[in-house]
Amino acid sequence: MPASNYDQACLQDLLPLYYKRLFPFAQYYRWLNYGGVQKNYFQNREFSFTLKDDIYVRYQSFSTQGELEKEMQKMNPYKIDIGAIYSHRPNQHNTVKSGTFQALEKELVFDIDMTDYDDVRSCCSAADICSKCWTLMTIAIRILDRALREDFGFQHLLWVYSGRRGVHCWVCDEAARKLSVAARSAVAEYLSLVKGGEQTVKKVVLSDPIHPFIRESLTVVDHYFTQYALQDQDILGRKESVDKVLALVPEDVRKDLQQDFKNEKKPETRWKLIEDQAIRKQSTAKKGQHFEKEIMLQYCYPRLDVNVSKGVNHLLKSPFSVHPKTGRISVPMDIKELDTFDPFAVPTISLICEELDRPRTGEEDEKSEDIKDKENEKDGAERRKIRDFKKTSLGKYVKYFDRFLDGMARSWKGDLLRKSDLQKEF
Amino acid sequence: MLTTDVHFLSRHVIVLPAFVEQPTLFGGLEPRRRCCYSLTGAMQFSGRRRKINANPQTELYGHALQFYGQPPLENISLSEFETFAVDRLKLLKTIENLGVSYVKLSEQYSKKLEAEFKTLSFPYRPEADDRKTQTGPSELEKRRKDHISHFILRLAYCQTEDLRRWFIQQEVDLFRYRFNNLPPKQKLEFLHRNNLQYDTINVEEKKSLLDKLVNSSYAVSGITVEDQDFYKVPFQDALDLVRTRKVYLKAGYVYIPHQDIVTIVLNDFRTRLSKALALTARSLPAVHSDERLQPLLNHLGHAYVGQDYSIQKNVGKISLEQIDSLSGKSFPLCMRQLHQSLRENHHLRHGGRMQYGLFLKGIGLSLEQALQFWRSEFIRGKVDADKFDKAYAYSIRHMFGKEGKRTDYTPYSCMKVILSNAPSQGDHHGCPFRHNDPELLKQKLQLYKVSPSGISQILELVKGMHYQLACQKYFELTHNIEDASFSLNHPNQYFIESQKVLGGGKDIKREMDTSQRSQENGVTKGFVSARETPANASQDLAEMTEDLDSFFQDA
Repeated sequence: MPASNYDQACLQDLLPLYYKRLFPFAQYYRWLNYGGVQKNYFQNREFSFTLKDDIYVRYQSFSTQGELEKEMQKMNPYKIDIGAIYSHRPNQHNTVKSGTFQALEKELVFDIDMTDYDDVRSCCSAADICSKCWTLMTIAIRILDRALREDFGFQHLLWVYSGRRGVHCWVCDEAARKLSVAARSAVAEYLSLVKGGEQTVKKVVLSDPIHPFIRESLTVVDHYFTQYALQDQDILGRKESVDKVLALVPEDVRKDLQQDFKNEKKPETRWKLIEDQAIRKQSTAKKGQHFEKEIMLQYCYPRLDVNVSKGVNHLLKSPFSVHPKTGRISVPMDIKELDTFDPFAVPTISLICEELDRPRTGEEDEKSEDIKDKENEKDGAERRKIRDFKKTSLGKYVKYFDRFLDGMARSWKGDLLRKSDLQKEF
Repeated sequence: MLTTDVHFLSRHVIVLPAFVEQPTLFGGLEPRRRCCYSLTGAMQFSGRRRKINANPQTELYGHALQFYGQPPLENISLSEFETFAVDRLKLLKTIENLGVSYVKLSEQYSKKLEAEFKTLSFPYRPEADDRKTQTGPSELEKRRKDHISHFILRLAYCQTEDLRRWFIQQEVDLFRYRFNNLPPKQKLEFLHRNNLQYDTINVEEKKSLLDKLVNSSYAVSGITVEDQDFYKVPFQDALDLVRTRKVYLKAGYVYIPHQDIVTIVLNDFRTRLSKALALTARSLPAVHSDERLQPLLNHLGHAYVGQDYSIQKNVGKISLEQIDSLSGKSFPLCMRQLHQSLRENHHLRHGGRMQYGLFLKGIGLSLEQALQFWRSEFIRGKVDADKFDKAYAYSIRHMFGKEGKRTDYTPYSCMKVILSNAPSQGDHHGCPFRHNDPELLKQKLQLYKVSPSGISQILELVKGMHYQLACQKYFELTHNIEDASFSLNHPNQYFIESQKVLGGGKDIKREMDTSQRSQENGVTKGFVSARETPANASQDLAEMTEDLDSFFQDA
């Protein structure tokens, strides 16, 4: 779907429209309120806004959904970040005795940024992305999603496209929100396999035994490796790429392969040669024998910024925020459709504003759906709002977000019942 | 020297509220009690009081190892108070140094640590059997000293995040060593005494998970799985094992063989101590009102930090033009690397800016100079003047304490550079001896014209994980001297020593001597008279760093 031409200069005019008629405040509040199970959870949440001219304001907080709406419509932030739930209302933090204002809880978050892969992708660099390297995000999501669910037992994961060159994950389980700094850092370390900066050539080193987590991750990488690395990125094609790959194998093996590669030019076959060498080494050596796996992981395994995940008070870009450079909305991603997700098809703010005036086909069916709408606190303005994003390409993402919230709501219900039982309220 | 008895009990009352809420060793969480600032209140507190024993010492100190759950309940003299505290501080500092130079629990580490135990009269034997022929304090007396000194240091080290972190780290290492030394039977007893109860998995589950369990840990074989009990522990209680992926993790639970339960115990110890320190800090004002104790506690709190180079002594003595040549002559390798990357790429990421920026502040760059320095370099790259002023200038001013909480940041010590904030893709910070690929390190040293024999000496030290010694060797080789005659633990120290060797002048030497003298006095000579305490530079430093880290994400 072609996005309307987006120009950063238009942002000033589009944002008011976006916040007035499209931003899904009801769903947003439903999320951050977490069923009202804990008192003041929404009220003590920190938001930060980046306003026009790069003015940055922290410690924003709101008492109700209405207040949030009003303020956002007044300030028209270019960027919105979500922070932690504090011990007191963030916007009153200056009145609190120093030392007692503390970040208490927050979702466990992960930030995967394409620039962290610059040393292993040849198609783009820095802020650019393309369909070839986007596979890296797909792989990252599959690996992390599986691990967070199966290994750590988390259930409510929200994956969000950042709007330009990466994805974020918000783990919303209660247990996740209550994790300490040490625990968050431990989770992030468990999930980290690629280590080292500019000064490290070999960033993945495996030793026996190979942990089940690594095996599971390799299975995922394996699924995508041929298409992504051997074909799209052509890592065994051009000489510099080949040299880089061979720098990761032990010296004796390297010499053999360099020799073999003189006669064998096909990437798939070259890879088979590497694999064969590895198998041979695994039956004899005790060290440095898993190099074929190490190559796969160095080129494909997710690279997390541990610092983002560690801090309870770390601020992260909010879902449904607009990315000022690209105009794209930070939309939640439906993992069931992960393999067909196209970052270039994500609607921009200009597109959806334009769509507001242009009715989409199929609106007839949607009108009748509204009548059947079970939501009972909606007044006329609200109903109009529902219709508004349903009119636009944003609709399907809000719908998905709703389903995500429904999943969580089931657990809130249980929590509320338990709480009221304890308090003997009926 | 004052010899008045200190009513430790009355001191104890003050810290009493701190321990009211501690989960005790002997049966779960204590119900909350109101804090009472009276002697009788203290006695009323423990609802489950043990009968007064004929030999209270054996009762209290019958076990070699404890969680320090109960504070001491006795009077001690002021001199004992002081000696105990200083001795324990020395012990903890030894533990810190050994931990950096040797692999923990290796033979060398254990030998040296045991020697220190003996010198300082701290307990190290699992059994308290005293042979009559022994001279010096008995094992029970040593345990008493251990107990009391721990609680005294809590008072000194609970005050800031940085101090707490340091104290907890060393106490955990100490605990780990002692727990490891317990014979297996005593280890089990310790677990039971301390109510660490986790569920074990049944035989069927063990069978079905056999492959996964064996493949999760180097130490677990098929036989281990068959023979030992496996415990199902929530992952939050076994973070060290999770972090290093040394255990099987499923649906939020780790599966630990009995043999590995020590990590759990350590975690428990760390958590309890951390909570206790937070509570102690709240009760501190009352303790500080006692003039006999306050100066000593302050000194204890500052002594470990050593010189932190936070107070700028040479502001403005360095000009920006000198930096390039200084980087080759007097910068430690980490800063030389950062400087070079900055010149080459006209940019450094956040971690690098912090490490290098604070170092420059430490060698005497003023805020104005720093701003000019970074600005002129960044402008050569992709950042225009406007963007620099908006995005980067703030963080530099922050470093100098001119923004936000207005805390003056302290330059990173070697320990900090080596142990925290490891570099990742795109980073050039960290300690090259620790974080660089040995091959690349070798090339770099060759580039900097270090002799081949020197390089191999350095690489040997790196292999043995003696990173600071490696840097010292680098110092010796680049300055053409036999022996560095100092023990390297801070990049700014490297710079000052280098300037000394290159004829930097008497001013620097004088400054080093006075600061060293005051540091030593604080530790060994004990409290003599009121002394001007250095600015409390590290208040909530770690918290601030976290704040700042979250605030600035690289564009």
